[in-house]
Amino acid sequence: MKIGGIDIGSRYIKYVILEGNHLIEFQKRETGHNPLSVCRKLIDNCKTGKLVATGYGRHLLEVHGNVKTITEIKAVAKGAREVFPRCQTIIDIGGQDTKIISLREDGTVTNFEMNDRCAAGTGRFLEIMAKVLGYDLENFGDYCNNKNGTVKINSLCTVFAESEVISLITKGEKREVVAHALHESIVSRVIALIKRVEVRDDIVFAGGCAKNSCLKRMIEERLQKEIHVHNNPYMHAAHGAALYAMEM
Amino acid sequence: MSKDYNKMWSDLDLNLTAHDGLLGVLTDAYKNIYLSQKNRPEGMKYFDFVISEVHGLRIEEILEAKKEKRKVIGTFCVYVPEELILAVDGVDIGLCAGAEVGTDGAEKYIPRNTCALIKAFMGFKLAGLCPYVQTTDLIVGETTCDGKKKAYEIFDEITRGKVYVMEVPNKKGKEGITLWRNEVKRFAKKLEELSGKKINLEKLKEASQIVKEKRRALQRLSLLRAFDPSPISGLDALLVNQISFYDDPVRFTVKLTELCDELDERVKKGIGVTEKGSKRILISGSPMAIPNWKLHTIIEGCGASVVGEESCVGERNFMATLDDSFSSVEDGIQKIADRYMNIHCACFTPNEERIKDIGDMIKRLKADGVIHYAIQFCTPYMMESYKAKKAVETLKVPFLRIETDYSMEDMGQLKTRIEAFLEIMEKGVKA
Repeated sequence: MKIGGIDIGSRYIKYVILEGNHLIEFQKRETGHNPLSVCRKLIDNCKTGKLVATGYGRHLLEVHGNVKTITEIKAVAKGAREVFPRCQTIIDIGGQDTKIISLREDGTVTNFEMNDRCAAGTGRFLEIMAKVLGYDLENFGDYCNNKNGTVKINSLCTVFAESEVISLITKGEKREVVAHALHESIVSRVIALIKRVEVRDDIVFAGGCAKNSCLKRMIEERLQKEIHVHNNPYMHAAHGAALYAMEM
Repeated sequence: MSKDYNKMWSDLDLNLTAHDGLLGVLTDAYKNIYLSQKNRPEGMKYFDFVISEVHGLRIEEILEAKKEKRKVIGTFCVYVPEELILAVDGVDIGLCAGAEVGTDGAEKYIPRNTCALIKAFMGFKLAGLCPYVQTTDLIVGETTCDGKKKAYEIFDEITRGKVYVMEVPNKKGKEGITLWRNEVKRFAKKLEELSGKKINLEKLKEASQIVKEKRRALQRLSLLRAFDPSPISGLDALLVNQISFYDDPVRFTVKLTELCDELDERVKKGIGVTEKGSKRILISGSPMAIPNWKLHTIIEGCGASVVGEESCVGERNFMATLDDSFSSVEDGIQKIADRYMNIHCACFTPNEERIKDIGDMIKRLKADGVIHYAIQFCTPYMMESYKAKKAVETLKVPFLRIETDYSMEDMGQLKTRIEAFLEIMEKGVKA
C-alpha cells in the first residue's frame, strides 16, 4: 500500500509517498493563493491508502478532506530522525517560521523554540533580500563575500532591513558584501533561538534554507559544531508525516 | 440586543456607525467561539444574556443608578478597592480594554510599541466605542506599570480631568505597606468627596460582605475546575471572570452560585466539557480583558482544557480574602488595604509569592502544562516568565512561553506552537 505525507508550508507544498519502507516519490509545488487545489492535484495524481497532513496549512485538509494532522514540529522530528538516526537537535528554517527542536537520545521531543510572529530570520527574509540584490534565491548563499568588508545589517525586521540594504547599495557597497551581511543577520537571529534550548549532536539543518551553503557554514562557525544537511532538506516534514501515517 | 438603544448611545456620544460595527464583530465572534461549544452548563445562559446586553441593559442600569445620584467609578486594575466604592453606593466598572480597536487614534498619543491593553483603553475612548467610560464620574488608574502610569496622564487630558491615580508601591516591605495604606485612605476620602457620602461602619461592613460573597463564588468556581473532566470549559470560566468586573455584584453572585450548584451536580455525575484525561492547561501571566478570548479559543480548539488562570482576570482577582473582623471605619480601611497587598502582581519586586501561587495552582488543579501568557510589551510579566519557567520545570511540568497581542495575524503560528506543546505532553512525542 502507498502511504502519503503532505506538508503544506507557507511557500511550498511538499508531498512524499512511501511504499513499504521506501520513499518512492517526492513532489514540491508552490503554495500560491489556492493551496487546497494544489493539494488536491498532488493527492489525486498519486493516490495513497493513508495520508497525514502537516505544516502551516494542515487544517485545510483536515476540514476539507478529513485528513489527520500533526504539527510540523512532530513531523520534522520524525522525518529527520529517519534519515539521521542520531539527530538530537533540528534547525528548521522554512518560509515563515524558524524552529529549533530538541530531542532526547531515544528520539523524544523535549523542547522547541519558534520565532515570534514576524518573518525576521526566516526564508521569506532571504527571499525578499535576494530579490532586492538581484540574485536567485537558490544560489544566494554562493555569492556572499565579505573580503575587506565590515558592513553589518542591524535591523532584524524585514521591512527595515530592506531600507538598510538599499541605502548600502546607493552608497556604492558591493552586493556580495551586503549579501554576506544579510546572512550574518539571519544567523545571529537563529543563534539566539538555538541558545534557548540545549544543543546536542547530531545537529540537522532542515527546511528550504538548508540549501543555502553560506547559512550552513556560518551556523557551523558560530556553534563550532558540524551540521548535517540532507540533499533534499525540503522533504523531512512531509516524510515524517508519511511515517506517522504508516503507524496509524 | 433586545431593543433599540441608539438614542442612549447617541446621548453618550458614541460613534454609532463604528459602534454598530463593533457589536456586529463581537456578536459573530461570540457565536463562533462561545455558542458553538458543546455540553455547556445551563447556568451559562445568564452570562450569554449579559454579553448580549453588554452595551445595552447594563448601561441602562448604570444610567438609572446615576439618576439616584450614585457615582460610577471606572477601574483598570484589581488593586482598586471595590469595598470602598460600594461603601459610598458607587458602581464599580472594569473598563473595556480587550480588543484591537481605535489603534490609529491611540497611536496619535502613545508609542506604537505599547501593550495592547493600554492601546485598547485609549482606543475605545477615542473611537467613541465604550459606553461605560462615557458614564463614569471618576476613572481610577494605578501605577502598576510604566506604560499605564504615563498613559493615565494623557487619558486624564482626553477625559477632561476624570482620572485619579493610586500609587501602588514596588516593594512589599513595611514602607510599601504604609504607603499603600495611606493611598487607600486617600482614595476613601476622594470617594466621600465625590459622592457627598461619609463611609460609616455599617456601610463598610455591608460593602465588604457583598464583595466577599462575590469572591467566594469565584473561588468556588475555581475549585470546581479541579475535577477531571472539568465541569466547565476554560472559555466559559474566563467569561464569568470577565463579567465579574462590570456586572451588578449581588446579582452576579446569585447567578454564579446557581451555576456552581449545577457544576456540583455535573461533577457528581462525572459530566464534563471534555473527555476525562484531556490535557489540562494552567494559564499564567497578563490579564485577559473582555473580549480577549484568543488563547483559550486556540487551546480548547486543540481538545485540551484550560483549568485555571493565574491572572488578574482570574485567581489574582479573588484569591486573597479580607479580614472583616474590623470594628471601626479606620480599622476597616486598613484591613482592606492589607488585603489588596496580598495580590501578587509582577509590578512588585521581588515577587516570589506569585511563583509559589503558580506551583500551588498546578497541584490543586492537576495541570499537565503551563502556558505563560504575556501581552507583547508587558515588560513585568515578560521578565517574570523566566522565574516562572524555572519553578514550573522544577515540578517537571511542561512550560510554554507566549507573547502576543489582540490581533489575529499570529493565530496560525500560535496554533502550531500550542498543538506541538500538547503533542509533547501526549505520552512524549517519539520520532
